[in-house]
Amino acid sequence: MNYEPVIGLEVHVQLKTWSKLFCSCSTEFGAEGNSHTCPVCLGWPGSLPVLNEAALKLGIRVGLALNCKVAERLKFDRKNYFYPDLPKAYQISQFDMPVNGKGELLIETKTADGKMIERKIGITRAHLEEDAGKLLHEGITDGSLVDYNRGGIPLLEIVSEPDLRSPQEAYDYLTALKAILQYVEVSDCDMEKGSLRCDANVSVRPVGQEKFGTKVEIKNLNSFKMVQKAIQYEIERQTEAIEGGETIVQETRLWDDGKGTTFSMRSKEEAHDYRYFPEPDLVPFTLSLELVKSIEATLPELPMARAKRFIKEFGIPEYDAYVLVQEKKLAEYFEACVREGAGAKTASNWIQTELLAMLNAKNIAIEDCPVASKEFAGLLKLVEAGTVSGKTAKDVLQEMAATGKAADVIVKEKGLTQVSDTGLIEKAVEKAIAANPVAVAEFKAGKQKALGALVGAIMKETQGKANPKIVNEILQKKLQG
Amino acid sequence: MEFKIERVAELARLNLKSEEKQKLEKDLGAILDYVKKLEALDTKGVEPTSHVLNMENVFRADEVKPSDAAEKALEHAPHADGRFFKVPKIVHRD
Repeated sequence: MNYEPVIGLEVHVQLKTWSKLFCSCSTEFGAEGNSHTCPVCLGWPGSLPVLNEAALKLGIRVGLALNCKVAERLKFDRKNYFYPDLPKAYQISQFDMPVNGKGELLIETKTADGKMIERKIGITRAHLEEDAGKLLHEGITDGSLVDYNRGGIPLLEIVSEPDLRSPQEAYDYLTALKAILQYVEVSDCDMEKGSLRCDANVSVRPVGQEKFGTKVEIKNLNSFKMVQKAIQYEIERQTEAIEGGETIVQETRLWDDGKGTTFSMRSKEEAHDYRYFPEPDLVPFTLSLELVKSIEATLPELPMARAKRFIKEFGIPEYDAYVLVQEKKLAEYFEACVREGAGAKTASNWIQTELLAMLNAKNIAIEDCPVASKEFAGLLKLVEAGTVSGKTAKDVLQEMAATGKAADVIVKEKGLTQVSDTGLIEKAVEKAIAANPVAVAEFKAGKQKALGALVGAIMKETQGKANPKIVNEILQKKLQG
Repeated sequence: MEFKIERVAELARLNLKSEEKQKLEKDLGAILDYVKKLEALDTKGVEPTSHVLNMENVFRADEVKPSDAAEKALEHAPHADGRFFKVPKIVHRD
């Protein structure tokens, strides 16, 4: 029997505020243990939580970017459970009146046969809640240490509908969601710092069956690649279990990245009865239409819209456009290059290959790129005009990054101008033919590969500056003539 | 209203002796029955009340203020290790 997976994702994103959701403690990362805590986030009796207005506005911003129905009235609720990362034994969250209701996210994804398709993934809700503290287990055998600095940090939990049907789609959904969160500037989305986290709900069912199978929640997923791998593993595990006659138990499993497996998280403290009730310490909120409209007016162009504009305005391939827009700064860099006069296709290709390779090798982000978009466009214009060969341009790029000099200055200083003078190239071609009789004979006997040796000799003769297109033309002509 | 005193106790992390269970079951039952009287009221078209205060939209500005609560809390914690609270281990692998 064939099985299909049904996947829903819960993403927790840390909203970029200075202070916590319900108290004035700092949200700064990496502070000394428990130094960002106060009577409110430690849950002392008599303390009173008060909502951070900035966090609510950021939450609404995300809702609008995901086409969610923003609530007119919202309230907070207590989610009760005992776990040492919660000092109050409850988490302040939102139950039945979340800030954002139903929405949707358009994603661009690749099918199994490599075709690009657009899919609409439903958003169930996106609600505000406080983060829990952090438990440290490393190197401690007789217990765990607790740091409540994270406790009370504002999070928005974005819940997708169970609309995803493959690990690839889950990955593409996360990439698209992260791009939107970065575009609307609500979070730094740094997974290493825990400001973006994802849990996956996975079940399988026979193809054609409408009813969902029993779902398993996977936690401890620290990168999008891990999400993809864990879902893949879980689909295989569940399918095998069902085919072997087992029943899937609804449970929480943790991903072990070292082993590449998930394992059941057994905890006697796990009570699946959260007994939500309205948080009596926080009053309800009414959102005016003016407030929502004023936030909506500040939303920037979103990635999907930008990709579509790039395709239309610059005529670049669909796939290129989606890659470029995934990172806001990269899209801006590309657009700046084009505005500076570089050809859109050339810019797109060079950014995605040479520029990103260079940045990756140096491990720097696009916003810290040592070559400004204007300078990069300058280099591309030299390539397009045939002044330098593509091969030379790659070296010039490295030189630009190292020295900060403009492309044309480096080309002039080093005499790298591509030779397109047919007379000069002809001489080099003749010399190469005369010096390599064996290669010539092989080529004439039908061995195309022999041409490489001749081209190499010509390039050596012209110090790599000969225009390869012209070299090829003249060489072919001479050999056939 | 139906409830199981064992489950309520478990969720509240209470270890009850059997005579306590009996007494509490009776007390809690009486409370729930009393509250049940409300069900006689017709609440059709009445918006559920989550708060009794006639107040809404109370915010604070996004400003950081330091606190030295942790020093005191750590001092009074049953177990602490430097800057951290210490608790028994709870996650086990199978």
